[in-house]
Amino acid sequence: MLELESLTVRFGGLKALDDVGFTVRKGEIVGLIGPNGAGKTTAFNAISRFVPVAGGQIRFKEQDVLRLHAHGLARAGISRTFQNLGLFPHLTVTDNLLLGQHHRFRTHPLAQLVRPPHARHEEAHMRGKALQLLEQVGLGALKDAYVMGLPYGVQKFVELCRALAGGPQLLLLDEPAAGLTSGETEAMRALILRARDEFAATVLLIEHDMALVMRTCDRVVALDFGKVIAEGTPDHIQQDPRVIEAYLGQPEVPHA
Amino acid sequence: MRRSGWLILGAVALLLLPFFLRNYQVYLGTLVAVQALAALGLNVLTGYAGQVSLGHAGFMAVGGFTAAILQMQLGVPMLLSLPLAGLFTGLVGLLLVIPALRLSEIYLAIATLGFGVAVQQLLPQLPWTGGHQGLNVGMSTLDGWLRWEADFGFFRFNEQVNFYLFAVAVSALLWWLARNAVRSALGRAFIAVRDRELAAESLGISLARTKSYAFLLSAFLTGVAGGLYANAVGYLDVTTFGLGYSIQFLAMIAIGGLASLPGSLLGAAFITLLPNALSGFSQWMPGFIYGASLLGAVMFVPYGLWGAWLRLRGRSRGAMGSIRRALGLEGKPHA
Repeated sequence: MLELESLTVRFGGLKALDDVGFTVRKGEIVGLIGPNGAGKTTAFNAISRFVPVAGGQIRFKEQDVLRLHAHGLARAGISRTFQNLGLFPHLTVTDNLLLGQHHRFRTHPLAQLVRPPHARHEEAHMRGKALQLLEQVGLGALKDAYVMGLPYGVQKFVELCRALAGGPQLLLLDEPAAGLTSGETEAMRALILRARDEFAATVLLIEHDMALVMRTCDRVVALDFGKVIAEGTPDHIQQDPRVIEAYLGQPEVPHA
Repeated sequence: MRRSGWLILGAVALLLLPFFLRNYQVYLGTLVAVQALAALGLNVLTGYAGQVSLGHAGFMAVGGFTAAILQMQLGVPMLLSLPLAGLFTGLVGLLLVIPALRLSEIYLAIATLGFGVAVQQLLPQLPWTGGHQGLNVGMSTLDGWLRWEADFGFFRFNEQVNFYLFAVAVSALLWWLARNAVRSALGRAFIAVRDRELAAESLGISLARTKSYAFLLSAFLTGVAGGLYANAVGYLDVTTFGLGYSIQFLAMIAIGGLASLPGSLLGAAFITLLPNALSGFSQWMPGFIYGASLLGAVMFVPYGLWGAWLRLRGRSRGAMGSIRRALGLEGKPHA
């Protein structure tokens, strides 16, 4: 479904991503792990078309992602969340979800000026869908709450919900469990599994909570210094010496 | 009272107002309506879409001269010259999307300041603008209805009153358009671009298109306001449309309430009427009180005059509600 092929991103002289390649297959939950600065978020930003790519390929369902604009990804079927939250604090939860559906609005922006009947129907229809989604994930009580006043943990759930509202085929989650309590992390894990099982989204997630990654992901890709250092099942990754080294530092005896 | 009740009450009050006032006061009322429309335009751009503009008076000048030239050179009636002035100003506004896609905040403010200064320098060089002497604005012969006079006891119509009612009607119509826009998916896109550009893009919002609509709509509204201004004042002088005037519009929306359409009207009324209300004081006092009240309004009336009104009514919607909730004030007596 998503294929990265020898992807290279340079920031000045630094190779933030160096010849990175991996695949995410339909219906999988894939974890992207690595120490701070390994290039995980840069990979997300390259897929999101936020940073220029120096070389390589990104394909999503036979589409060349590098030919899309950043604002073309939602319609192509890719939604994402942000490490530091990408919600709009001055809007309600429902309005945030409506922005998640923004790419599905068909009324021309200038037609909105006179509020024609079809625009009103469209707005009502989209609002209904947003409320339905909120009910479905158990956030219905928050529909009129302003994001600004919500606790951080709740905002993480709202953001994932907003990403789901666009009906994505691929979800990119940047540290969905960061800053969550252990109870919230468990609920987040359940929601990620539901995103795949009920909402038919394939998931690629960045996460530092290894217990969560190991229990949730079908496969894991490990990055260090902009390169893929290991790829495989969670069990396989946990025992990979390069991964252990990347996380724990250089062992005294270099491995053979 | 319900929302619609207040709206009807406000509309009736605005329509009856000129019959209680002397001619000069009616003229001030017209100026408030005109400047409220320009402030509305700035609020769409700055309050909603987050694009700071220090060149707003430039839009007003373009709209004013366009309407005046159409009326005087081509005999276009006002009902046509105003929308045309708005459209032309809207197109000029689109030019500013180019810097707005590369710059933000203070840098964009400087770029728009540059636009305002350039317009001010360029206009006198063009034909039919009256050069540095300024332009006495004439109406088309088709606008004779504005000079209609009649006396029905309390309801006395004359040019001042007619023009006031016309300006209020035009402003109300454009108000309705702007309100529809900011409450639709387009308005949500404005706020999204203002608050988080990257997140907005990832949701499928094109920054270029959204900023284009913001500048187009803002400049359109302001261009029409400029056309109304030209006819209300009857005289155009480019020196009016300088940085000071642009800053007045910023003061209007900051005092009235950012990202609030009713706030634009309250702010325009405050800025326009206060100096007049103070004109009875000795020389230095009006300026001092005016300055001090600007300072006080920004410091002690959070979320602007419209926010204060909402608080007075105990409504907790919009930005007020979220901030009350964020501060844990929800359900408590007014803080």
